[in-house]
Amino acid sequence: MLIAIIWGLALGLLLFSLFQDKAKTWRSLLFAWKFFRSMALPVLATIWAIGFLLTFLTPSLISDAVGRESGWRGIALAAVFGSVALIQAFIAFPLAGSLLRQGASVSAIAAFVTTLVMVGVITAPLEANFFGRKFTFWRNFLSFIMAVIIALIMGRILG
Amino acid sequence: MKRLFSARNILILLALATILVFFLAPAKGVLIVVNARTYLWEMLSILPPILILIGLFQIWIPRETVELMMGSKSGLKGILTAIFVGTVAMGPLYAAFPLAVSLLEKGATVFNVAIFLCVWASIKIPMILFEIKFLGPQFAGLRLALTLPSIILISFFLTSLLRRK
Repeated sequence: MLIAIIWGLALGLLLFSLFQDKAKTWRSLLFAWKFFRSMALPVLATIWAIGFLLTFLTPSLISDAVGRESGWRGIALAAVFGSVALIQAFIAFPLAGSLLRQGASVSAIAAFVTTLVMVGVITAPLEANFFGRKFTFWRNFLSFIMAVIIALIMGRILG
Repeated sequence: MKRLFSARNILILLALATILVFFLAPAKGVLIVVNARTYLWEMLSILPPILILIGLFQIWIPRETVELMMGSKSGLKGILTAIFVGTVAMGPLYAAFPLAVSLLEKGATVFNVAIFLCVWASIKIPMILFEIKFLGPQFAGLRLALTLPSIILISFFLTSLLRRK
């Protein structure tokens, strides 16, 4: 559904552009192709790394590690797992929900969910490829710190 | 360092590691390929339209427009634009990287682009609905309320850290 909308939008705009100005449309496509060539290798490497990760870092392994214990160790573990793991939100939220019902601490779950979406260790090389190492390091580092703070506050209020 | 961790070398390393896994645990080796293929398809299904959009954006949208909306004089409007575009836009984070680069090249500030990236990663309407469903409205609402100011703080610190050198 989401994908269909994006395709529809892109193709619709492309057609519109074609009617408006052929030369500009051609230049747009050429730019897109050049962009693709510059990112093809890093993207391929990232996909392959994801294949590795999903094979060895299974959801059951994660739930074992942050399952029932709470406190600092639980938060730290959850935050690190969230930073490294590449799980789609549509899988991660049900998983986090079931862990929460099994008695995992609110802080650990909040740390896991927040780092999962904000910090990407596996995608960091790809990010650095676009924005440079310094930007990538600080963005991820600061996001990690803030995720832990968010987790602690949430534990206080909801835990 | 940079040479050592180039995409090509990482690919070679991954290929060697995969072959090793195939010998040690064939079932795991197959799983690596299957998992990677799933993601490859997902990527291929979403990448072409995004590249088309980036190409059109690059050629059609004048630099002045981006500068006006997200440049150094955009102020609150820039922040709101970054948040709006990041929330509404669809797709995984790696799809946001190239878009963010073209925003930077067109004169958007690092601060606004950082906000855009963080919002894209963490605040999405379908994702929020999912979080509410599985973790409850209290959990989702509180996390959202804490995430937005955090993003602005992160982007602020990030900008000052990058400016220092």
